[in-house]
Amino acid sequence: MTAELVRGQNHPLSQARLEIRVSAGKPIVAGATLCDEKGKVHGVEWVAHPGSPTLPGMEVSKQAAADHRLACDLDALPETVHRVSVLLALPSGVGGPVRFGAVAAPFVAVTGLDGSEIASYTVTGLDAESAVVVLELYRRQDAWKVRAVGQGYAGGLAELLADQGLSQAQQLAGSINEAVVQGLARSVAAPPPRTAEGDRSRHAAAPALGQDQSGSTSPGAPDQVPPQHGHPGGQGSATPGAGPGGPQSNYPAASAPQDPSAVTQSGGPGAGGPVNYSHPGRQAAAPPPPPPTAPPARPGQPAQPVAGDATGWSMEERLYNQVWGMFEDLARTAAAYRSAVDFAESRMEQELDKVLSDPRSRIGGQGDAAREAARAKHAELVDRAKQVLDRDLAQLTAEAEVVEPALPPAFAGWDNPAWHGYRVPMEIPMALRLGDLHLPESADLSIPMLVRLPLERGLWIDSGSTGSFDGSIADSDELRRLAMDTAVAHAARLLAVYPAGEFSVHVIDAAGSATSALLPLVSTGVLAGPPAVGAAGVNDVLARLTQRVDLVQMAIRGGAADSLPSDLDPAEQLLIVNDFPHGFDDRAVTRLRYLADEGPAVGVHLMLVADREDAAAYGPLLDPLWRSLLRLTPVPDDHLADPWVGHTWTYDPSRVPPDSQVLQHVLTQVAAARRSWNR
Amino acid sequence: MTVNMTKGQAISLQKNDGGTLTAVRMGLGWQAAPRRGLFGSRTREIDLDASAVLFADKQPVDVVFFRHLVSDDGSVRHTGDNLVGGVGQGGDDEAILVDLARVPVHIDQIVFTVNSFTGQTFQEVQDAFCRLVDETNGEELARYTLAGGGQYTAQIMAKVHRAGAGWQMTALGTPANGRTFQDLMPAILPHL
Repeated sequence: MTAELVRGQNHPLSQARLEIRVSAGKPIVAGATLCDEKGKVHGVEWVAHPGSPTLPGMEVSKQAAADHRLACDLDALPETVHRVSVLLALPSGVGGPVRFGAVAAPFVAVTGLDGSEIASYTVTGLDAESAVVVLELYRRQDAWKVRAVGQGYAGGLAELLADQGLSQAQQLAGSINEAVVQGLARSVAAPPPRTAEGDRSRHAAAPALGQDQSGSTSPGAPDQVPPQHGHPGGQGSATPGAGPGGPQSNYPAASAPQDPSAVTQSGGPGAGGPVNYSHPGRQAAAPPPPPPTAPPARPGQPAQPVAGDATGWSMEERLYNQVWGMFEDLARTAAAYRSAVDFAESRMEQELDKVLSDPRSRIGGQGDAAREAARAKHAELVDRAKQVLDRDLAQLTAEAEVVEPALPPAFAGWDNPAWHGYRVPMEIPMALRLGDLHLPESADLSIPMLVRLPLERGLWIDSGSTGSFDGSIADSDELRRLAMDTAVAHAARLLAVYPAGEFSVHVIDAAGSATSALLPLVSTGVLAGPPAVGAAGVNDVLARLTQRVDLVQMAIRGGAADSLPSDLDPAEQLLIVNDFPHGFDDRAVTRLRYLADEGPAVGVHLMLVADREDAAAYGPLLDPLWRSLLRLTPVPDDHLADPWVGHTWTYDPSRVPPDSQVLQHVLTQVAAARRSWNR
Repeated sequence: MTVNMTKGQAISLQKNDGGTLTAVRMGLGWQAAPRRGLFGSRTREIDLDASAVLFADKQPVDVVFFRHLVSDDGSVRHTGDNLVGGVGQGGDDEAILVDLARVPVHIDQIVFTVNSFTGQTFQEVQDAFCRLVDETNGEELARYTLAGGGQYTAQIMAKVHRAGAGWQMTALGTPANGRTFQDLMPAILPHL
């Protein structure tokens, strides 16, 4: 529906808001003049040009470019304006062409806001002219029309403007050219457009973050770079630091002359580049690197598993999703197998019952044969189900074999080499591994149990002797010691995966019975204070944490997070309570329950090491507390259910391998990082 | 390519190239019949629900419907409840995905049903169809249109059942009455 205009032809405009697109082969200046009903421009303030790009109802580009988009709102123009002339000019003094005869014929199109062309015009027949009025939008009996003009001026902008009755035409033409030349100089100083190589270096950084959670402590790490907000004007060459692999800003390349589309969009005063709406602190401005995809499978064989073969914005998120995907697949595969076996058994029982109740079967071998047949049917079905299960387990095991070594420390077991190369991380991971999960069908295949950080529930390490699963009935003292060791291992893990200064651990050990278990934490000095002993110590720690919860809650509700006292530790807090409720009076128990309820939302978490029997005196009063905590055991125990089918899974806590120095090694580094952070 | 099925017709789900299907989608689409007269904009919304019942030797083992979107074994998945229909204007409003390779070995029949949860009869439903799509390439294998809506609130659409090493689909198209699949169990059993 585009009207292709010839010189002098006009066309009605039904819309008031328009865009005028200009394209020429070389950078040119685009402008517009507003005229009254006599065709006279009243002053410089009636000319939209790169030095003064915005007028009511009309906006032009700030710079010379090969392509322009001028915005026009006819309703917003002053009442006295009856004509808008769209003009193009060649910039002088920049070494470019000086006559339109030397460039491709400029093309202009009037389009609606949706991009649909209303009218277009190719300005042909120009020769020595260096300025041209291409279009006129004019008011005729309260309706607007567009006319193709194509009037060129060999004397350039000055002659053009003078022809429209502007007295200061010469000065204005000079200042327009000056603004254009400055704009061109500015745009040369911009960093070059981001190259494909730059993209690759950014992408390469992301998986590295996933594999080595510690990242880099140097400020030059790609994901820690503060974005550059622009660039010095007038600089003659490209900014050297902005090359590929350097500290790349998240901003798209600013206006370089060879990137005309960026030039025409230039916005606010003083800014050389286009406005960027991406959040400067958010890394995900660029699309995530494509996940590693499994190579195509050979026909008839399942695809080769690959670590990180799941959706996510980072390698860490993809591994997290992959682990949860394996968890679900294992749950469902086991469900299919169990369902088939259950069915086979119930069918066999029915058939055996039928044989039994049939009097004919009591004579001769008929009954035996029927029984045999029923058993054979059962065996056949179970056998087929087992084959499917084995096939699926083999696939999941192969996947686990590639996923486990790729896990970052927060997702990895203590025996994973990732912990030996441990460095204090710069970012909080999305989840933490608290142990392994497996089903009776899959004793060899365990799924990492990942919980999201920050913790949404407190943890309860059960030191009671009720849940000894693997038959090795440890005596109660042994269990208590194991429970505290497990608690220390979990706490060390939490400390290690948080950046320095973002996680504090308090310990209440009222009876002082866990001194040896706490030794790794105490000796390295990673605790916020020495373990609290006695009733006074219990009350002191609880009072401080309760006050912190109150203050932060008040600040959040009042919207005044800035006015928290400066001595308040902004880190997340973990309170380990050994032998609860030993050393607790009623008031302390109430406070602890308050922390369990209100703490997680404001960064105060609980880790109770307790035997529920010890708290039996409180009766059902503490039941809500126990329910609110995630129960973990120091020995393998089947008390966790998956969210899909509800199988009972055996939980195996992540324990430090015996004789391993990894805990000491990690905590030493955490302590060093805390010291340098506090300084 | 698609086969327009008639009631009781059975088609085999073998691919043309001899391979068997691995994943199929049972799609259900419908639109509320337009009401005549004043206040036409006040169309009454019709909530049809698609369900799939998994049978092992004529015993129901598992069911996939809007309150249990994935069968325990993960082989049958409902894409979610659509309360009003007609959104796709010819596309599927509710769909149930069946990963045939993962269906547990003892499941030998999967019956697909449609119920009117809001209680309207099929007289008020327009252009209701159920179709079976090869999920691997989006090709429609079979389509069954609910002809002549009558005074009933449910329909047993089709069943997919094992035949030899592969699977077969049979269009059932039996009217019944009920709000959810549970009410249909007596009507389903004769078709197993």
